[in-house]
Amino acid sequence: MKSMDQPHQESKRDFLKYILGGSFFAWVASVVYPVMAYMKPPKQGEVEVSSVKVGALNEIENDSGRIVKFGTKPVIVVRTADGEFHAFSATCTHLDCTVQYRKDFGVIWCACHNGKYDFNGRNISGPPPRPLDEYRVVVQGNEVLVSKKT
Amino acid sequence: MNSLGKKIYAWIDERVQLQNLVQFLGKKYVPVHRHSVWYYFGGVSLFLFLIQVVTGILLLLYYKSGEELAFESIQYIMSKVQFGWLVRSIHSWAANLFVLSAMIHMFSVLFEKSYRNPREITWITGMLMFFLAMGFGFSGYLLPWNELAFFATKVGTDIAGVVPFIGKPIMIFLRGGEDVTGATLSRFFGFHVAVFPGLFTLLLGVHLVLVQRQGMSEPLEFEKTPQASHKTMPFFPNFLLRDLLLWLLVLNLLAILAVFFPWELGKKADAFAPAPAGIKPEWYFLFMFQTLKYIPAQILFIDGEVLGIMVFSVAGFLWLVIPFWDRKSSRGENNRFVNYIGLFVVIYIIVFTIVGWLL
Repeated sequence: MKSMDQPHQESKRDFLKYILGGSFFAWVASVVYPVMAYMKPPKQGEVEVSSVKVGALNEIENDSGRIVKFGTKPVIVVRTADGEFHAFSATCTHLDCTVQYRKDFGVIWCACHNGKYDFNGRNISGPPPRPLDEYRVVVQGNEVLVSKKT
Repeated sequence: MNSLGKKIYAWIDERVQLQNLVQFLGKKYVPVHRHSVWYYFGGVSLFLFLIQVVTGILLLLYYKSGEELAFESIQYIMSKVQFGWLVRSIHSWAANLFVLSAMIHMFSVLFEKSYRNPREITWITGMLMFFLAMGFGFSGYLLPWNELAFFATKVGTDIAGVVPFIGKPIMIFLRGGEDVTGATLSRFFGFHVAVFPGLFTLLLGVHLVLVQRQGMSEPLEFEKTPQASHKTMPFFPNFLLRDLLLWLLVLNLLAILAVFFPWELGKKADAFAPAPAGIKPEWYFLFMFQTLKYIPAQILFIDGEVLGIMVFSVAGFLWLVIPFWDRKSSRGENNRFVNYIGLFVVIYIIVFTIVGWLL
């Protein structure tokens, strides 16, 4: 009688084991998932910026650079010694620092790890792995504007 | 002990049997030999950690987290709150001395091979505390929300982001978004005052119980000489009193540093200002920072920085698991290879820190 019962008992026990084990994992998942999801920051709705003002043409000196807010990102606008305008993302492609125009070197320079870029945004020296993203500069009358390159 | 003290002791003893605990704490001996001086650095690190807890709590009374509040609240602590400048300065200086002292403690344990069997867990908990100490330093550095801290955090979290596959999600988790913003500050504040102290206290508990339970490590030479010829000193009270004297000296050093070299606050962080010239991280990250400057943009097909970060990660991991690959020391043999590696690392850190400091 007993030997007949055993497989039945075993499978009953197995069944309970799976139910309990499964519900334990379900319980763990129902705790862990919301916690993990909570830690992931929600996507911020960004305001789409198409162009921003840099300033008045006659106020921007030759051989100078400045940083403007392009939405939430910094953009560097450089006016070369011969009056040409160039604009790039001011975020260094190496490790995210904000670059600046160095008159004495005549390059765009990152203070963090001594990376250098030329007036075409090309990484010419130091650790930056890629060129800076280029922006478009438009001069309308006396106003200088920057916009995304399409 | 006076009679009131005796009564209180007896009252507690009757309920929780203090006798065993007192015996447990009283039985430790400190080996006396020519390298005994290094034994003090564990205690000094502990003391500096306690100072961090106390001054940290004091700072919490006035500190406010948030992009528009953090910098101003530290300004307030330093200019309006009585002795606020002192508390903040001590917190900053003690943080640096703590890392230094923990580093000396770590290297002395390494060169003495005290991590060998049976003290592997003590080494691992110690190393994890050391990594946490760097986490404390990195997160605490951002809290004043000044220019240097802002860019240090940008670079530091971007380094995490460089790691293939898991890097980007980790970076976003750390920053609380794509960029370093007030959200990053809130997170770092939480790590600095809640998550890290909790983990650290847990590890410290295990570390100290193990030291107590297993006793102080003896140098390898002791294993070759008869037990009777080993000189020791009771931990209580002989070593403890010496330790306390050293703690007093460290406290004096801290006071001198805090008064004569008060910690500066710098300029408030501005996300649209370029990184200032001469920007540097804290000295204990400087050797890694300097290395990243020298690695070329591309090595074969891999980005230089990715390679650099991978090498540092692998080296850090191998360092953490030394007790498991240095089987020779566990057998009681002298392992010169570990000495050479240790020496190389010490020299590398010193040279690159100095170069990073000067350039």
